[in-house]
Order: sequence, then structure tokens, then C-alpha cells
Amino acid sequence: MALAWGTCDGHTLMHWTEYFGPLMQGAWVTIELTVYSTILGAILSFAAGIGKTSHNPVLKGISVVYIEVFRGTSLLVQLFWLYFALPLIGDAVGIDLRLPPVVAGVLALSLNIGAYGAEVVRGAIQAVSKDQYEAAKACNFTPRQTLFSVVLPQAIPEMMPPFGNLAIQNLKDTALVSLISLGDLAFRAEQLRNFTQDSTTIYTMVLFMYFGMALVLTAIMKLLERNVGRWRAVRR
Amino acid sequence: MTDPIIKFDKVVKRFDTLTVIDELDFEVGQGEKVTIIGPSGSGKSTVLRILMTLEPIQEGVVYVDGDMLWHEKANGGVKPAGEAHLRRMREKMGMVFQQFNLFPHMTVRRNLTEAPVKVLGMSKAEARERAEELLDMVGLADQADKFPHQLSGGQQQRVGIARALAMRPKIMLFDEPTSALDPELVGEVLSVIRRLAEEHDLTMLLVTHEMQFARQVSDRVCFFDRGKIKEQGTPEEIFGNPKEERTRAFLKAVLEGE
Repeated sequence: MALAWGTCDGHTLMHWTEYFGPLMQGAWVTIELTVYSTILGAILSFAAGIGKTSHNPVLKGISVVYIEVFRGTSLLVQLFWLYFALPLIGDAVGIDLRLPPVVAGVLALSLNIGAYGAEVVRGAIQAVSKDQYEAAKACNFTPRQTLFSVVLPQAIPEMMPPFGNLAIQNLKDTALVSLISLGDLAFRAEQLRNFTQDSTTIYTMVLFMYFGMALVLTAIMKLLERNVGRWRAVRR
Repeated sequence: MTDPIIKFDKVVKRFDTLTVIDELDFEVGQGEKVTIIGPSGSGKSTVLRILMTLEPIQEGVVYVDGDMLWHEKANGGVKPAGEAHLRRMREKMGMVFQQFNLFPHMTVRRNLTEAPVKVLGMSKAEARERAEELLDMVGLADQADKFPHQLSGGQQQRVGIARALAMRPKIMLFDEPTSALDPELVGEVLSVIRRLAEEHDLTMLLVTHEMQFARQVSDRVCFFDRGKIKEQGTPEEIFGNPKEERTRAFLKAVLEGE
């Protein structure tokens, strides 16, 4: 980090506009983490959410265990476990399981958000009325065709508002990855604060930056919501 | 009568301890139009739902088109039907629901083409052409691009009938097709069903409360009471000269209301 600073009272001094460079760098990492983990999390949500409604006991079992484990433990512990504990287990069995911080971060975030998202997916699938399943049966659809042609198209619009919540939750959760030395927004803010002790300015800026990103995310989700529910929008 | 296309042999259907279908023996001939009437809770809709494989049975055997519906042969014996067998059997039947049950996220046209393309493997072009014909038949040729919620109840139910026909069933099951409709919309649906009955050799099984209509379209009327056929016969016999006290009481109560 090439920064220009002067010294005063033993503290490193920067003009507040100079905070933008490092903070933007951090914000970019935060955005990347959010995008990757939200996409991977959405995939996990559908896999586990559909798995939990499956009649296949193995699929159902795997989904339930995954959901309960990752909902029932803290994200911070999951993150530390993947980053610090997993390599040691790898050592013990002779496999290299050291994960780069980005991979560990994205993985922990997606696994966590995926467990919550799975419950959203399951709930929306089960909210589709019994009448629709019966109509699908009368049309002789296979269970798979019923899921993809009849159930999911009706369930996905219902998932969008809670998914929006989860995406924003996920954005904010990315701050935890600074604890495994990933240079995200929270990490850069902490670095700057160590240099300058200027907590008020830095944290206020960071607050607004997270808020701005959340606003953009909300707008994207609104757009998606409108797109997937076009047949419902007509009704209103 | 040649071999019946539908046959119930001592069929029992229970919901927990409540017996809805009680050792029912029931036959429907090829091309026959049969109406089922009776008080609510008498098991009349359940007969259709058993046939459409929406409700499993506990005892007895149901035959459809010569095959067992809920059972299949397995090395000499008989076992409960698997999904593959059930799907083969469902091909023979189409069902029209009381609440229409159209797919709300699909246009009318897609409601009619989705299953023929995905299930029957029909080409898109053929399915669309067939959908146009069917919509024309039910008088909705100009509504193909609308969504179900943009149609009236009567129109939705006519789409429901067309959707069932699109799968080319041998047997059509109508489960109180006009019960959810406003009175002024009943006529348009009944006239579609009536034309279907007159012009096609489909086997039709109807559960209805429209007595006048039952009288006109059916070859045979069955009066259900407590999961059994209490009385059956031609419309003239049942409506003109019912023998059972229970049938008389039911018809009196229903017809007074009309």
C-alpha cells in the first residue's frame, strides 16, 4: 500500500480523502466475496432445499444434516474451522487441505447462507398448493417434470424477498473474513485505523460504503423479483 | 356390454378410521357416460380421485382398460403398483377439477402444450396446432396468449377441459366441474361437456350436482351413499321413478333447491 502520510503526536496522519484508495480496494474485495458466495450459496440453497423435500432418504438426510449443522454453528467458527482446523486434519491424513483465504472465506459464507436459503427454498416449494401437484399428476408429469415445470416456477417468485434479505445479510457477514487476513472493506478500515487512530471518520465512511452496497443489492433483488414473477405482476 | 373399461372390485378406501369407499363394486363400459350423484361425503369424488391415482386404496382391485390400476403383476403374484406402472395407467385418463387447477404461471396455450410436449414427446409445432384445435372446440381460440387469471371461471374451466383432452385420454373424469362457478357461467361449461359427450366416443365419468344436466348427458346415473352405490339406472329410472327411499329423499332435497 503506497500511502502518503505525516506524523503528529506519534500517530500517522492522513487526510480523510486519502482513505478512499485503500477503502475502495477493500470494498472491491467485499463485493467479490458477496457475489461469489451469494451465487454459490443460491446453488447450495436449491440443492439442499429441494433435497429436503425429496422422498429419497439419502438425499433428504444429507440435506437435513447440512442445513442443521451450518445453521446451528456460528459463521465465525465455520470460517476458523475451514481456515485453521481443516489444514491440520489434512496434515494428519497426509492431504494438503490448506485453503487460500479467499476460498475459505467464500466457502464459509456460501455454506452458511446456503443453509438458511435452503429453508427458504423448501418453504416456498411446500407452499405451492396441493391442487397444483394433483393437476401435474393428472397431466402425467414425472416428479422431476412437476418440480421444474410446475412447482419451481411458482415457488421462485415467493423466494425472492427472503433471498433479498439473505443476500444483504451475506454482504454484511463478509466483514468476518477480515479475521483470516482477507483484505476486505472491514480489514482495510482496521488497517487505516491502526495507522491513524481516526476511528470516527473511517468507521463512518465504512458505514456508508456498506450501506451503499446494500442499496445496490436491494435494487438488484427488486429487479430480479420483478423479472421472475412477471405472470404474477399482471395480476396486480 | 363388452369388457368394462373401468371396474371396481370390492374396493375399500379409508381415511384413518373413516371409510369413504366401502367394498364398492362398480363398472363402466367403453364409451359409456356415467354420472355420479349423491350427498356430500358419500365418496363420489373419491371414486374419480382413486382412478386418477390421487388417492390410494386399501382393499380390493381397480381395473382400467384391462389392467390393474393400483397393483401390478410380479413373478406370479401381485404387488402394489410402482411409479412407472402408475404413469402408464394415467395416460389413459384425463381429469377436470372443481377448482380448475390450471397452471397460473403459463399462458393458456402453454397449459395445453406443456404436457403433450414433455410427457408425450409431441413436437412443439404439433402440440401448438392441437392446442389451437382444442381451444377452438371450447370456444376460446382468441384467448391462447392470456394467463388463467385473466379469464372468467367458466373460461378457465373450459381451458381445464381442453388441457385434459390434449393428452388424448380414453377416459375423462369430471370432478364437479361447475361447482365453483357463478351460476351464469355454468351453462357454457356444461354445453362444452355435452358436445364432448355427443360427438366423441370418450368414456366419461362425471360427478355433478346439476341434475338436469345429468339427466341429459348420461347413459347411466349412479346414486352414491356412504361409499356405496345405493341405486343406479338410466336417467329416466333414477329421476323418474327412484326405488330407494334414500334416493327419493336426496332428489327431493336437491330438486327443491333448483
